[in-house]
Amino acid sequence: MSTVITASGLSKRYKHTQALDNVSFQIEPGRIVGLIGPNGAGKTTALKAILGLTDFSGELKVLGFDPRQQRDKLMGEVCFIADVAVLPRWIKVKEAVDFVANVHPRFDRRKCEAFLARTKLTPDQRVRQMSKGMIVQLHLALVMAIDARLLILDEPTLGLDILYRKQFYQSLLEDYFDENKTIVVTTHQVEEVEHILTDLMFIRDGKIVLDADMDAIGERFIEVMVNADRADVARQLKPVDERQVFGKSIFLFDGVERARLESLGEVRRPSVSDLFVATMKGTYA
Amino acid sequence: MKTFYWLVKRELWEHRGGFLWTPIIVGGVFLLLNLMGIITGEVMGGRHGFNITLGSSNNMNLLARALDQQSMATVGAGLDMVMYSPTMIIGMVLGFVVFFYCLGALYDDRRDRSLLFWKSLPISDTATVLSKVVAATVVAPLIAIIVGTLTGILMLLMFAIALSLHGVSVWHLLTLSHPFQVIANLVGSIPLYVVWALPTVGWLLLCSAWSRSKPFLWAVVLPVAVGIVIGWFNLLGTVDVQNSWYWRHVVGRVLLSVFPGGWLTQVQNIGGDDPAEVLSSLGVMHTYAVLGSPNIWIGVAAAAAMLAGAIWFRRWRDDS
Repeated sequence: MSTVITASGLSKRYKHTQALDNVSFQIEPGRIVGLIGPNGAGKTTALKAILGLTDFSGELKVLGFDPRQQRDKLMGEVCFIADVAVLPRWIKVKEAVDFVANVHPRFDRRKCEAFLARTKLTPDQRVRQMSKGMIVQLHLALVMAIDARLLILDEPTLGLDILYRKQFYQSLLEDYFDENKTIVVTTHQVEEVEHILTDLMFIRDGKIVLDADMDAIGERFIEVMVNADRADVARQLKPVDERQVFGKSIFLFDGVERARLESLGEVRRPSVSDLFVATMKGTYA
Repeated sequence: MKTFYWLVKRELWEHRGGFLWTPIIVGGVFLLLNLMGIITGEVMGGRHGFNITLGSSNNMNLLARALDQQSMATVGAGLDMVMYSPTMIIGMVLGFVVFFYCLGALYDDRRDRSLLFWKSLPISDTATVLSKVVAATVVAPLIAIIVGTLTGILMLLMFAIALSLHGVSVWHLLTLSHPFQVIANLVGSIPLYVVWALPTVGWLLLCSAWSRSKPFLWAVVLPVAVGIVIGWFNLLGTVDVQNSWYWRHVVGRVLLSVFPGGWLTQVQNIGGDDPAEVLSSLGVMHTYAVLGSPNIWIGVAAAAAMLAGAIWFRRWRDDS
């Protein structure tokens, strides 16, 4: 299957900030891509460009469509959840299901009703009577019943408690995701998505600073716990980050040979959040 | 087509309060006030020993015989007017409902960000905006007319029952009214309403799609401010722009045309010597003449341009 998203030279400028600065990337089918960056780094702008919600300069193809020109067609193949609580507050569960069922050609009503049956939602309940977690359950039930090729999630679990967050990603993995689908997700809660991601993209000040699949990241980045007496040796290998824990130093290396690092101390794979913190050092300074 | 139907239905779901319950409540209050009036009449009449009981049914015959052709027509027209009256009052309220509906239609979902949900569905912005035009100019008036006519018929029945308690059999008189003609005239006026209201609907939707905040202020202040500036220039005598023309044909049309019946100002020979004549001059057979006036079509053209603008802003406004 062909590439899902191809972006080259994407730029977007708001009045005072460069939200996207000549960004290029590709996303292949069957991947779960985490687009991760600090506040204001351009994540949402990138997603909006992909969805045709904002104008930009540069080349962008999503599922073969130009989101600026062919948005209506594109939306037949793409779903998105933009944080919680964007469902209209007046709508009832049954109205939402009825409406989507009748305007979306790829919506499977029975699937949606099966998902809803697992929740406490009732057909006559209005969104304004729901908690944030319930709104997301409804939204997810609607979206998962659509046989879309690309699902875009923009901070989908913001403000949810841990039970809803876990359930959200679990449903996505178990009942939705397969090799024909692609998911792009932005989030700050890196710990919760890191084990489901296949690809990682870090974005900072409108630029992509890291774009790799998880296997490659495991090979490229290595964390070593070094005793204080050997810290200087480790520093000579130019670590990208250093922190102290229990009198030992933990160094993060980018692209240094594994065998060499193993001689310094205990080697392990860095967590995405440690990688993120190291990469984004000084962003707010 | 199916999508469009559901889009209109969605508007009805969201605005059930304004489109459906408002006319019903106004109609109900109207009936209640009339009922109170009848009861007051009964009580006062009873207290003052005033009895308009005409005795027996032959009084009715006398009455009927006394009515010549001319007065029969007048009575019929009077009854028709009774049937029209609730719809007229509901129509006034409808104007306000449609006005505020249009102002919020493309703004409220941007403010509460539910726009992002609607935009996640394969619906074109053109269909979205047009569905709101149809909801405002066809669905809302249609509901208002149905409720208004039902209220009118209920009111006639109420009077008939009240009078029959006094031995006047008005059921015969009721046959002088023309309920179907009333309904036909009201329903027939919906296309006129669409054409007449379009400039206001277009302007309000444009403001609704464009403004980043306070669409009401923009929609009202902008045309009024321009009018004041024109008036001021006139006062200085520097520019000779017809001030009253501007207020009537621009401000009036972009702000007030959602109130039904405005098109009657464009029709010649409204009125008459007796109720029947007045009514027939208000009938659709006569008022459709307004479609011959270029004013109307200039308004429609302006509305089309404003709606195109609204669609464009709906597509590209990026602030949620």
